[in-house]
Amino acid sequence: MRDDGFQLARKRDALQLRARLIQSIRLYFINHDFLEIETPLRIPAPAPEEHIEALPSGNWFLQTSPELCMKRLLAAGYPKIFQICKCFRASERGNLHLPEFTMLEWYVAGFDYQQLMDQCEEMIVDAAGDLGFGDAINWQNRKINLTPPWERISVQETFQKFAPITLTEALSKDRFDEILVEYIEPHLGIAKPTFIYDYPAKLGALARLKESDQSVAERFELYIAGLELSNGFSELTNAQEQRQRFNEALKLRTQKNYATYQMPEKFLDSLENMPASAGIALGIDRLVMLFADAASIDEVTTFTPEDL
Amino acid sequence: MYTASDLKKGLRIKIDNDPYIVTEFNFVKPGKGQALYRCKLKNMLNGNQFERTFRSVDNFESADLREKKMQYLYKEEGKYCFMDNETYEQIYLVEDQMDDAKNFLIDNIEAEILLFEDRAIGISLPNFVDLIVTDAEPWAKGDTVSGATKPVKLQTGYTIQVPTFVNEGEKIRVDTRTGEYMTRVKG
Repeated sequence: MRDDGFQLARKRDALQLRARLIQSIRLYFINHDFLEIETPLRIPAPAPEEHIEALPSGNWFLQTSPELCMKRLLAAGYPKIFQICKCFRASERGNLHLPEFTMLEWYVAGFDYQQLMDQCEEMIVDAAGDLGFGDAINWQNRKINLTPPWERISVQETFQKFAPITLTEALSKDRFDEILVEYIEPHLGIAKPTFIYDYPAKLGALARLKESDQSVAERFELYIAGLELSNGFSELTNAQEQRQRFNEALKLRTQKNYATYQMPEKFLDSLENMPASAGIALGIDRLVMLFADAASIDEVTTFTPEDL
Repeated sequence: MYTASDLKKGLRIKIDNDPYIVTEFNFVKPGKGQALYRCKLKNMLNGNQFERTFRSVDNFESADLREKKMQYLYKEEGKYCFMDNETYEQIYLVEDQMDDAKNFLIDNIEAEILLFEDRAIGISLPNFVDLIVTDAEPWAKGDTVSGATKPVKLQTGYTIQVPTFVNEGEKIRVDTRTGEYMTRVKG
């Protein structure tokens, strides 16, 4: 029914930008001695997380992220790896969400989350330069200055600055996500991109706790123009603790009648050998949205599920 | 009964005994967090609007609404008259109750008239309506795939963005839900 050729023709600029951005990102990692790897999209057991729903594929699942397989490679002695791949999450559809989306994920042995923030910043600044954007981008009538250093603010501070209730209260009333989305996110990454870091411990299921403050996990998120773009952390390398956290997530999932996943045993086995490291996932579609000044993820992807 | 994951633009639910329609909808979700459903709701009786964010555990009663096929007859003093072709019963809707439908209304079109406790309160048109372009700038030839658009006026007086190759006098198909151009219609 839709005038297909016309709708697709309108996306030409965004799709060209998308292709150039992906090439630029790839080049950044190759020039920094990363190995590009591919891991299976179909996996027997996704990481048990409370709020991420995997799509079944036969008896297995489509990956919700390549995290577990990439960490097994880290553990096997691949210290710097990156991957650009499709990830799948059931029932996620909105202006910023597609149930099938493109993720960039990379890991560095020996890094912690602060060093990974530095690298993320450098990679995006390089890409902006490659694409001819210089030191600023304009997104939906906002000008965001990309000149480093970017803003870094702890989750605790964002609540003090922007939220009507305290972080402790938000957590005890199970309103963390709601407060974050309603009151905090709109202020993040407005003048400059913003990293928010040190998430409450229970919100970093696979992240290492901070040595000086065990109430927080060494996890961060990058926001540009209020858009959540990237999530990274210092990796938890303690298999026993990881198993315990997975068990808790599985218990919660059972209580809420969500699909249950089997324990990713091979991942837990390999975690014993994983070096201290940090890893990060970045939504490619959303980064394209920012550079292409697109209000919706639909504008930067060839086809949405509704178009098929 | 609906759950939050059923929410979408156009869904009608009952809150405090009044029927509401979801007029704006967006799915939001912090990467590792809960799914949230941000809605703008409009009271279908008095037009009052409010915004609310729902969570996946929320559920809703469906509004007790009925739809009846009726034919559009005429407009008089700001009222739109429709008739049931079987019973010849006539009802009227006022401007506010018509919403965007007035932009796509052509004589004798069949529409679904919405009844809440047997009172006419709204209208929904077929998803696609073919309308004639009555006013358009001429086409600069050769420009068929650039994706550029221009505004044209339709027979109903509605102004719409269309590809540059659409000419005056041609018929186009419009999606009445979004008010957007779909395609040219031949003949």
